[in-house]
Amino acid sequence: MTKLLAPLFLVAAALLPLVLKDPYLLNALIITGIFTICAMSLNLLLGFTGQLSLGHVAFFGIGAYVSALTALGFDVGLPFGLRVTYEGGDPIVGFLLAIVITGLTGFLIGRLSFRVRGAYFVIVTISFAEVVRLVALNWVELTQGPLALTSIPNMTLPLPGLGELTLRSKVENYYLVLVVAALSYLVVGGLVASRFGRAMRGLKENESLALSLGINATRTLTIAATISAAMAGAAGSLYAHYIRIIDPDVFLFSYTVTMVIMVVAGGKGTLAGPLVGGLIFGLLPVALRPVMAPEAQWIVYGAILIAILFVMPKGIVPALETLTRRKAPKAAPGKPLEAGARP
Amino acid sequence: MDQFLQHIVNASVLGGTYALLGIGLTLIFGIMNVVNFTHGAIYTFGAYAMYLAAVALGLNFFVALPVAVVAGLIMGAIIEFALLRPLRRSDIDTTMLVMIGTGIILQSGTLWIFGGVAKAVPTPFPTEPLVIGPVSLSYVRLFVFFAALALIVLTYFTINGTKLGRAMRATFQDHDTAALMGVNVSLIYTATFAIGSALAAAAGALLGPVYVVFPQMGDLAAVKAFAIVILGGLGSISGATIGGFILAFAEEIGAGYISSGYRDAMGFLIIIAVLLVKPTGLFARAERIG
Repeated sequence: MTKLLAPLFLVAAALLPLVLKDPYLLNALIITGIFTICAMSLNLLLGFTGQLSLGHVAFFGIGAYVSALTALGFDVGLPFGLRVTYEGGDPIVGFLLAIVITGLTGFLIGRLSFRVRGAYFVIVTISFAEVVRLVALNWVELTQGPLALTSIPNMTLPLPGLGELTLRSKVENYYLVLVVAALSYLVVGGLVASRFGRAMRGLKENESLALSLGINATRTLTIAATISAAMAGAAGSLYAHYIRIIDPDVFLFSYTVTMVIMVVAGGKGTLAGPLVGGLIFGLLPVALRPVMAPEAQWIVYGAILIAILFVMPKGIVPALETLTRRKAPKAAPGKPLEAGARP
Repeated sequence: MDQFLQHIVNASVLGGTYALLGIGLTLIFGIMNVVNFTHGAIYTFGAYAMYLAAVALGLNFFVALPVAVVAGLIMGAIIEFALLRPLRRSDIDTTMLVMIGTGIILQSGTLWIFGGVAKAVPTPFPTEPLVIGPVSLSYVRLFVFFAALALIVLTYFTINGTKLGRAMRATFQDHDTAALMGVNVSLIYTATFAIGSALAAAAGALLGPVYVVFPQMGDLAAVKAFAIVILGGLGSISGATIGGFILAFAEEIGAGYISSGYRDAMGFLIIIAVLLVKPTGLFARAERIG
């Protein structure tokens, strides 16, 4: 039954634009989808390895900038009189480059920051994101600083034999985001079900025990960070080509907070958690917008985060699973399994 | 050389308030094992309390200052009592996230009530700076420096010379043993969080009149406080004091001789450098290194 849930959800999401024509809601769904991809990637670190990274927005932002600059081109002076000039190219190349570069950045930052754990790790990741934001703000020659990168072209997909397709409309972008989200879901699902996934969970449950079993902690965590960063970079690229204007605000801490709320509320360490949390917190602003000011919305966000941590510290999805399991008489008593533990 | 002297003086003055911010944060972490993400919001809260007391209520500047500090103290006690006390047995990530939520509520609440426009707090000090040889310094900054110094000394005295301080130090070393010896650990936690918050509010109330008061002022202050605390080692009060001055010097020298745009990046670069070289901070006991 639960196995069918994900494909059913995908079909429903794919059919949605047939009935939903409102451009405002469609826009909200696209942005929600992009942030849900971020939440899924963050869940890989926060949920499955147990490392609370609060610098995740850095990868989202780097992905957005890499992709936008690849499409727009740039002309930058470097030290020692060097100059790099680039004409600009296909957005799809930018998308792929965004994945590769954020993956590499994630690898390097992972190597650096997994030397420490707990509070130290959290603070290193925040610092990294802030440094990147300040660079984006101050390296005006490359990023235009606060003036923002504008007129970023829409994503263009090459179709073999048919030329290329530029995704201008909201519906087209909706499907693009949906496909990338589905792929991300499959990547995370595959990883978690693999031997590598067991290593990650082993580290989360008991690092000393996992180490004694021969799991290489730094290696496992760094790979998770690399994949997680690359996924966030892909989301950033989608965002840049959809919104078509980006400024250093893409690195704001509040975006990281949004992603964390999505994961924690939905259920960290479950496959469906970031999806549920992403939908709720992505669409909540749509519901709240007519009734309250943006500042008040953030107050509600904060209050919900606190309430969820108090009432269901594991998140919505695990709480629902516990409920349904209690009703089913066949289920074995005892500690509920992690949802990700099942194939 | 004259310029260098000026930088040194500026950095020393700034370092006092940085140390104040860092001590509050490190105290809370050291004793309660809570990474306090409300610290920046409490700093902003202190600045707005100062604004309300001095401008809206029209109190004397020197009366408004302690009022703001006490407001921070009470706010800290409320947060600890309502949110942290029920989560005493939770892991550090949960309390961290609850603190993030609380920080969001405080900051958005400030923005909602006061709006985004920056407010100025008038000071009774003369506007002409004090000029000694090649160095000039405004009176208000001089006052801020000595007030911060006084608060730091007061905190040291509280921790090292009073009964409350002895109980706090005992809890810091081992809260179970402290509880067995008759220390009311819950009360110590509330007191710690309240004192830490009061110090953050004091920093905000002191720097608010120097610069301007606005809802997002706490964001950078919080990250700087984290930098200071990492530099000195989480949980070390003397480390935080020295860390505050080191960060101020790094910023001042960095802004003066490298690039003013990257002034605020110094803190983060320090964090990253310290963690690369000596992950426990320069003056700390080892916590846990992977």
